[in-house]
Amino acid sequence: MDFKSISQLKSLLDENKISIKEIAETYIKRIKEKKELNIFIYFNEDKIYEQVKEIEKLPNDKTLKGIPISVKDLFCTSNMPTTAASKILENFKPTYESFVTQKLIDQGSMFIGKTNLDEFAMGSATNTSYFGNTINPLSKNDNPLAPGGSSGGSAAAVAADLCLGATGTDTGGSIRQPASFCGVVGIKPTYGLCSRWGIAAFASSLDQAGVFSKNVTDASILLEEIAGHDQRDSTSSNVQIPSFSKNLNPSLEGKIVGIPKEYTVDGTSDEINGVWEEAIKSLEKKGAKIKYISLPHTKYALPTYYIIAPAEASSNLARYDGVKYGYRAKNPKSLDDMYEITRSEGFGKEVKRRILIGTYVLSAGYYDAYYLKAQKVRKLIANDFVQVFSDCDLILTPTAPSAAFPLNEKQNDPIKMYLNDIFTVPASLAGIPGISIPYGHDKQGLPLGIQLLGKHYNEQEILNAAFALEKDYE
Amino acid sequence: MSNLIKGKEQEWETVIGLEIHAQVKSNSKLFSSSSSTFGSKPNSQVSLVDAAMPGMLPVINKYCIEQAIKTGIGLNAKINNYSVFDRKNYFYADLPQGYQISQYKHPIVGEGKVTIDFKDGSSKDIRIVRLHLEQDAGKSIHDQNPTKTYVDLNRSGVALMEIVSEPDIRSADEAGLYISKIRSILMYLDTCDGNMQEGSLRADVNISVRKLDDKYGTRCEIKNLNSIKFIKQAINYEVKRQIEVLEEGGVIEQNTLLFNTSTGKTRPMRSKEEAHDYRYFPDPDLLPLEIDQEDIDKLKKTITELPDDRKKRYVDDYNLSNYDASVLTADKFVSDYFDNVIKFDKTLKKSSKIVVNWITSELFSLLNENNIEINNSPITPQYLGKLVKLLKEDIISGKIAKDVLVEMFNTKKDPEKIIEQKGLKQVTDTSEIENIVNEVLQENQKMVDQYLSGKDKLLGFFVGQTMKKSKGKANPKILNEILQSKLSKKN
Repeated sequence: MDFKSISQLKSLLDENKISIKEIAETYIKRIKEKKELNIFIYFNEDKIYEQVKEIEKLPNDKTLKGIPISVKDLFCTSNMPTTAASKILENFKPTYESFVTQKLIDQGSMFIGKTNLDEFAMGSATNTSYFGNTINPLSKNDNPLAPGGSSGGSAAAVAADLCLGATGTDTGGSIRQPASFCGVVGIKPTYGLCSRWGIAAFASSLDQAGVFSKNVTDASILLEEIAGHDQRDSTSSNVQIPSFSKNLNPSLEGKIVGIPKEYTVDGTSDEINGVWEEAIKSLEKKGAKIKYISLPHTKYALPTYYIIAPAEASSNLARYDGVKYGYRAKNPKSLDDMYEITRSEGFGKEVKRRILIGTYVLSAGYYDAYYLKAQKVRKLIANDFVQVFSDCDLILTPTAPSAAFPLNEKQNDPIKMYLNDIFTVPASLAGIPGISIPYGHDKQGLPLGIQLLGKHYNEQEILNAAFALEKDYE
Repeated sequence: MSNLIKGKEQEWETVIGLEIHAQVKSNSKLFSSSSSTFGSKPNSQVSLVDAAMPGMLPVINKYCIEQAIKTGIGLNAKINNYSVFDRKNYFYADLPQGYQISQYKHPIVGEGKVTIDFKDGSSKDIRIVRLHLEQDAGKSIHDQNPTKTYVDLNRSGVALMEIVSEPDIRSADEAGLYISKIRSILMYLDTCDGNMQEGSLRADVNISVRKLDDKYGTRCEIKNLNSIKFIKQAINYEVKRQIEVLEEGGVIEQNTLLFNTSTGKTRPMRSKEEAHDYRYFPDPDLLPLEIDQEDIDKLKKTITELPDDRKKRYVDDYNLSNYDASVLTADKFVSDYFDNVIKFDKTLKKSSKIVVNWITSELFSLLNENNIEINNSPITPQYLGKLVKLLKEDIISGKIAKDVLVEMFNTKKDPEKIIEQKGLKQVTDTSEIENIVNEVLQENQKMVDQYLSGKDKLLGFFVGQTMKKSKGKANPKILNEILQSKLSKKN
């Protein structure tokens, strides 16, 4: 049986055409068949059947009753281990459930497994994981492609039909870019819309949970379930969460869509600029007004991001020291020795690189020149968006400068890898919501994504526009 | 009074600044809801946040903020409407997050001042630089296993206020007075329990010496002192050490020191190479703290009488000396006790000095002997008031009163009942005393003769004998009068 969407599976369930156990069996079978893609860090049939029994007891009005969901292995879960794709948390079993995953459980979702990611979400190709690369399910046999990252496992799981939705986190593009690479929908809401409680931190001022799905309606359904205020996260916003899915409206009449000139950059493929053009035309056809705008500080976004995110990470990851939980070096000679060996052996190369960068930019004598300056630039970047949004409803850009690239292509060149985030990072720094939806393909048939950005807490606006554009490819 | 210290060649001035760490009195920790009770079973008061589990986030405890604001008000300090929590990054086994949440550039409380009082009645202001909030670390226990260190995280995350003074302190005694004063203010405000033994109040002491009117010398910081006695000892040792180094032509190296309480000496805690770069930056998990003036004003109204106000009241209303008043008000419980004694009977207001003496000498010695705090005194303020009143009204003598006080202490009984039951009422009946005097003089004819021949000192002997015969109950004034008149008649 083919399940196209959450709403379709729900009606099958409601009409008793399928049981929750049968759903479980179907997906377990598929996951086993796609094992070579290395999408899951944790997958355990028994855990799924255990859930089936619990889910069956729930009332039928639970929005996600029986819906198979994958969870990025950065979310702490109490009945599955949580590794953050790091050796340092190998075999770590949280006693608590993250806010976001708890919300999904409460609505009856069935957790299929924990998906692979870049170690501590640091990467753009899901190739820094201690548990190996994830392979993009759209790869042709002879040319394995990267699924993007850091939430590459979750994007791949949705693309490979191993679930109907997945959680992700986006710090600088970690949901939007892999969504684009894998040809699925990925939304990063406004910073603060979903609680960070229970998500292993990468960069606290940027980390934001979001979802992957097969279409915009499903993204709306999932987002409205995981959003909401949480007293345990001081940066969680206390705003009313609209019913995104019920409010979905494809009408773009009178909407003003900004097209930022700074997003035309060298190195972006013609095909990507091509689909961007097509999307602009389509929006116009649907009644939107196009406005060519400028976000003048865009070119500083990437360097700013690669100062702030590592700075916060260097401090956030200090807790992984081998003292309380996680990996600990064998036979250290002293406390300092234990720290050094534990962290040298427990962290991978990319994580170490970022800890070093972060430690450097926060050091006495460098703080003002790097961290403080970056914070100031971050304000300018955020202000760019405020200015533009005073007479724009939305911004349309490509999601990434390329389609999915071959697995090992940028492995040894961190700068090249970092450039992948060029279109996604500015919105992260500004804390505004962004969505990537598949929009056309390149010559090789690989999906390309376009990104819609909106005002703070205006997820509905970008969901509506995405919903409208999605129809172009139905 | 000169605080200058004589070296071999010249006089030196000591310059001291204190950083006091006061544990905020609060049922729960600064950023988590775990209990902060002292002395609980190791690791029994640790939440997921305190243990820095992955994905755990700090949430500010509003009550601790209010406590810090109240303390700021008590220190006559500026309350900052905007303050920021920063991360101070360093690795240690009992620091689960790998950083301490503290306040660096923008503390919650700014400049203030406190006044210290000297024995000679003079006083001095010590300026406060700032007060900021921070988390305490856990405790590393090294002495339970030869090869292992155990970590107790009960204290991890407990709220501390760090109160930083200007280098306005000039001697160990001044440092002692300053810390006592801070402790007293905190206890009046009920923002810290002031318990130094349990570590609720600890101090880091910055010390340097200089020739008078010279610029400040290089300072050393002695860490983590938890008693006024040790603070004074450490200062005196360190000042002597620094003067010796300088007079021998050496230089003081800026250093962090530890004080060894058994040897009475200081030693360097870590070498220069180990100096930390704490990489302070604003904690992105917490929003800046914005406090409305309205809330500050509301808190101001909740603050009751502080030691300086109370001292002024004692001086103005009870005619106590500045010093007596400051001794009395230093400990809130002592001062409360005093107030309650006076409250028992308004007429005692005129005898306030006597009340002070009874509290600070007789009662204190009983309490000290038995290691009891005044707030748990078996003698209630009401009963002590009654006793002083009985003394004032000549119903008992001072000596009897002391005995009665001991009895009260042991039995918690009403002094009136004790006096009644034991028949201790003072004899003021002149004829009764006259009879006893007569007896004594008759029995000691020889002494009388000696007295009459010029041995004036024997008067004391007759007084003592008479008192003894009356079982201490004779009114000493009447006794003296009668004895003297009798003896003079014999002459």
